[in-house]
Amino acid sequence: MGIRIGDKPYAERIQAGIENSFMRQAVSSAQGRFRSGRLKAAEDLGDWEDWRTLGEEIRHHTMENLDYYLHQLSEQVEKRGGTVFFAETAEEANAYVQEVAKKKQARKVVKSKSMVTEEIGLNEALQQSGCEVVESDLGEWILQLDEDPPSHIVTPALHKNKEQIRETFANKKGYTKTDQPEELAAFAREQLRKDFLEADLGVTGCNFAVAESGAVTLVTNEGNARMVTSLPDTHIAVMGMERVVPTWEELEVVVSLLTRAAVGQKLTSYITALTGARLEDETDGPEDFHLVIVDNGRSKILGTEFQSALHCIRCAACINACPVYRHVGGHSYGSIYPGPIGAVLTPLLDGYEDHKDLPYASTLCAACTEACPVKIPLHEHLIRHREIIVEREHMGAKSEEWMMKGFAKWASTPAAYKLSTKMARTAMKPWTKDGQIENGPGPLKGWTESRDFPAPAKKNFREWYKQREKRRGEA
Amino acid sequence: MKVSLFITCLCDTFTPDVGKDTVQLLERFGCEVDFPENQTCCGQPAFNSGYKQESIQAMKQMITAFEASEYVVGPSGSCVQMIKEYPHALKDDLEWSERAQAVAQKTYELTQFLVEVLQVSNVKSTFQGTATYHPSCHMTRLLGVKDAPRILLENVEGLNLIELPLKEDCCGFGGTFAVKNAAVSGQMVEEKAQHIDETGAEYLIGGDMGCLMNMGGCLRRNKQDVKVLHIAQVLNSQ
Repeated sequence: MGIRIGDKPYAERIQAGIENSFMRQAVSSAQGRFRSGRLKAAEDLGDWEDWRTLGEEIRHHTMENLDYYLHQLSEQVEKRGGTVFFAETAEEANAYVQEVAKKKQARKVVKSKSMVTEEIGLNEALQQSGCEVVESDLGEWILQLDEDPPSHIVTPALHKNKEQIRETFANKKGYTKTDQPEELAAFAREQLRKDFLEADLGVTGCNFAVAESGAVTLVTNEGNARMVTSLPDTHIAVMGMERVVPTWEELEVVVSLLTRAAVGQKLTSYITALTGARLEDETDGPEDFHLVIVDNGRSKILGTEFQSALHCIRCAACINACPVYRHVGGHSYGSIYPGPIGAVLTPLLDGYEDHKDLPYASTLCAACTEACPVKIPLHEHLIRHREIIVEREHMGAKSEEWMMKGFAKWASTPAAYKLSTKMARTAMKPWTKDGQIENGPGPLKGWTESRDFPAPAKKNFREWYKQREKRRGEA
Repeated sequence: MKVSLFITCLCDTFTPDVGKDTVQLLERFGCEVDFPENQTCCGQPAFNSGYKQESIQAMKQMITAFEASEYVVGPSGSCVQMIKEYPHALKDDLEWSERAQAVAQKTYELTQFLVEVLQVSNVKSTFQGTATYHPSCHMTRLLGVKDAPRILLENVEGLNLIELPLKEDCCGFGGTFAVKNAAVSGQMVEEKAQHIDETGAEYLIGGDMGCLMNMGGCLRRNKQDVKVLHIAQVLNSQ
């Protein structure tokens, strides 16, 4: 699938989102739960702002020394019998996994939830080389059955309600029971159990890799990742190159921030740290372990003004806080990374050409920046993207460019400014009724489609002030 | 104390009454208010749309207009925050960034100035009615002015304040966002209007004209019987 989802233009995607009332209902109620959960979990922890500062420092330090920690990580993984592969591109990463699958003569692959494998399109690559791929995270499994992309980075099927899920199970898997979540989950569990036992290869993501020990940690609530990493003979973990922490001590901080910011939990049900394959005197774990460290555009972000976007721990707090996401849903972003972090990250990873509208899909209300547990200045990155789109990429609309040139002249010429504010009422007169504009011209058209716009005042402030000064002088 | 009024282009053009109330309110607390005539717009429409070079022309005009002032006070969290951005936006130009810094340091949002500088918590105003307050995003999250409006409003005699559900959610204004992404903006303000309706308040109070124009326009279109007031109008009500 890759990072891009769908091929409709931005305006159509947004309109489809707005018109999808089922999805919007599901999104706004989920946002409500996530937001209050996050605030409560932050309050319970106490000193939340200090934790955020610490989180930011850890991520900053790690990015500043990423080469060192990745080297240490790969040494540690190899010392424990694992194999490390550094993939510069999505293609390289996929080709490596395909190669391992081929060597193992793997027919069935089970996966736990991983955004980076979505980003590189690993499922399609494995299917092309003849493997059956089964997603075992409940949300991802639902989406796989429905051939639907994720709309959220933590809860990928957030846009679906239980009735829709029941329907999917019924149509695709012959499910006959009700839409009770317990029954739906029990059905998924029963279906997936067979896949776990049959799979030759288990593929997971990696929430954080611990450089000092070579451990790969997985933060989940369903326990499926444990099946994926312990039942098949081979385990391949795929991680974005920024998902590393120096030691267990820093892991504790970022995991605490992640679980609290993501779902309002102190800890998730399962936090699994896997240190390599099964050794001779051990009884469980895979025979073979591979760690694929994916660059796919990340190293280009290092050392730039956008470096802090790599601090992201994929908690989705910004997405849950975003009022734009609330009304348009994840698919409207046209990227597997939606919401504010998606609008920052997607153009960096996949270029501006197809994503130039994303940085504008924000009111710059900064709810994202406030929610981010590692203090990424998301709204500032969005403004910076806009500057690049306009000034470097020259992708701004010509009409907008002229308008902004006019704005600059207007705002830097007091005489022109004064005259225009004085004339504004007269200029707007043809569209004014009862002091309001209900059907405005040009750029006001969109505004007045859903709300009124006030007509300029009869006398502007500076005229009033001038007359007052005059009266005072005379008195 | 000498205070220069930063009127903001929206108040200047659309709601001069807010400017009058701001002047009178400041004078009531002993400020000597002047109005530097060469002020224009803070530049935010261009800055937030990515037209940085164009916004810098506005910034330089505003810096020049307010350089001689002792204090600069404006009835908008968002426009004041824009002035606070100037030093960063002009960081590549040493001379202008220093001049920007000097202006930014002495610029305050109205309620922030009343509470933090004048140390006033009760403006001794009277306003009869039931109202709900929308804390605008830039004022609260970026400028960090969260408590001042609440402190001042709570001390207004006769005013019955009702908490707005999901008050911290953006109203959908976002400057050029309301034009570029008009459909999404329309959905956002519609949700806000519903929340306002749920409070049953007669008045909606806010501290930023852009947000108030957006919400007011939606309330009017919906024929909701809610009057929209800038906080300066309530604080100057006798």
